[in-house]
Amino acid sequence: MKYKSQKVAYWFWALSMLLLSIQLTYGFIMGFDHLGYDGLHKWIPFNTAHTVHINTLVVWLLAGFMGAAYYIIPEEAETELWKPFLAYIQLITLTVVGVAALAGFHFNWWEGRKFLEIPHELDYLVALNVILFLVILLMTIVKGKKKTTTALVLFGGLVGAALLYLPGMLQFDSQTLDSFFRWWVVHLWVEGVWELIMGGILAFLLIKLTGVDREVIEKWLYVVIGLTFLSGILGTGHHYYYIGVNKIWLIVGGIFSALEPLAFLAMTLWAVNMYRKGQKKHPNKMAIYWTLGAAIVSFLGAGVLGLAHTLPQVNLYTHGTLVTDMHGHLAFWGAYAMIVFAIITYAMPNLTGRKFYDNVRGRLAFWLSNIGIFIMVSAFAAAGVAQVYLERMLGYDFIDVQKKLYPHFWVVIIGATILTTGLILYMINFIKYGLPTDEALEN
Amino acid sequence: MFTKQQAKMFFLVGTFVTFAIFIALTIYSLKQVRTDIPQDVASGKHLWEKNNCMGCHTIMGEGAYYAPELTRVIDRRGEPYVKSVLVSPTPWNPKGRKMVAYGFSEEEADDLIAFFKWIGNKDLNGFEKVDRKVSPLSKDLMKSND
Repeated sequence: MKYKSQKVAYWFWALSMLLLSIQLTYGFIMGFDHLGYDGLHKWIPFNTAHTVHINTLVVWLLAGFMGAAYYIIPEEAETELWKPFLAYIQLITLTVVGVAALAGFHFNWWEGRKFLEIPHELDYLVALNVILFLVILLMTIVKGKKKTTTALVLFGGLVGAALLYLPGMLQFDSQTLDSFFRWWVVHLWVEGVWELIMGGILAFLLIKLTGVDREVIEKWLYVVIGLTFLSGILGTGHHYYYIGVNKIWLIVGGIFSALEPLAFLAMTLWAVNMYRKGQKKHPNKMAIYWTLGAAIVSFLGAGVLGLAHTLPQVNLYTHGTLVTDMHGHLAFWGAYAMIVFAIITYAMPNLTGRKFYDNVRGRLAFWLSNIGIFIMVSAFAAAGVAQVYLERMLGYDFIDVQKKLYPHFWVVIIGATILTTGLILYMINFIKYGLPTDEALEN
Repeated sequence: MFTKQQAKMFFLVGTFVTFAIFIALTIYSLKQVRTDIPQDVASGKHLWEKNNCMGCHTIMGEGAYYAPELTRVIDRRGEPYVKSVLVSPTPWNPKGRKMVAYGFSEEEADDLIAFFKWIGNKDLNGFEKVDRKVSPLSKDLMKSND
């Protein structure tokens, strides 16, 4: 590593890995609940398991982005982090808030709004934590020697994510208004500013891994994030089709949602072309796997599978069914989980100085986790289509239909087991080979 | 082809224009949304959130896909059935899928029912018709399972 303060990134990623483990555990609880094996219902009913599953997802990805920012910004700005001890304080407070929220979910302390279940009282602590994080990054950029496009896009994405958390704190008596502004957070995060964060991390990795000129990579970064906002902002309309607002969103949401895959396609083409053009092939092959994997799978998960059910005529029937699970799982995996694994895989050898780039465990981790998630997503797709036909077309009762879907949920469990095996292997490498040391400092 | 500066302008202008349209459409839409919510409906919504019903059920298609869609639940099941579920002191267990026994009071159950009725009467651009009554075929199946 180039700067000693970059070490803090490892501890944010360690928090990510811990939260990911919890997310996977509660995912299995939910999977078995769907199959009728709900022996934990008394202590962990489905709504608790679901809330833990999706909130650990959000927080482990955010912790992953924060780690990425603490690793990337000093290197881009060519300076140490501003007051690195504050970054450790931010990590500790983030962990405390996270633990409090997770514990609270088991005692009915929550908001009961999907993805925004963190209790309202804790929202203010989250806001303070994020402000501290952004101040550290801003001061680092200000005192740095360079202000690169990559660093500014990454920082801009993080600022956007923080600002967009605010509409989620508004409270309404109307379910329509509640839902309307909840999507300002959720949609404009995942199909807006999080793509800026992903783009910033991806640009950094492409610069480091391919050796292509920074100017070329950053030019295309602007195109990718331009397409993201061009389609994604008005694409929010696909969440407004059926919540009690006017019909204009059927047209606006339909058109711009159909354009959303273009941003992900551009990202895929950008990453693959930069890799092909690159003269310098970095020895860290696993980082290249995860980087190109993120660019390709995000297009499949967020782009193609999103398009599969986003048009209003289709969404009328698929809305609120397991078809959404199909899209959601591969979209989060490809766009955000894989990019976090990519930056960790790139940074680990630099943080340790071991130059340990490749092993069988690392390759197995990549392939097993990807094969596992594809099996899961295929099963969700089959279950979702069957559910739509039986429940929405034939009018069968919800629970009767759910029982018909048991075979698909067994396949989900098999896929999740393979995915988890891959991720455990990844975590073994992370623990065994990732611990940073000052000896790794480059002169 | 094009320069980095042109790409930057594409990003900045595109973002500004689409965001401006988004805000304009938001204002236009929200002007038509009623905000005079009756007290019992607001209390029902508060109970809905406090107990994280969305963590299992869906409403207006939003939720966790583990328990039934409730947009038209009053039409589909009738008020007495829904009320008996809400006040039940023991876990509701329809065909093996358990629900937490919330044991709501009469007043709380009435508030939740008011909330469901309010949602059920909304124009949801056709989605309210998708959450239809149980089909005769399904009713036969349910009888044979009982």
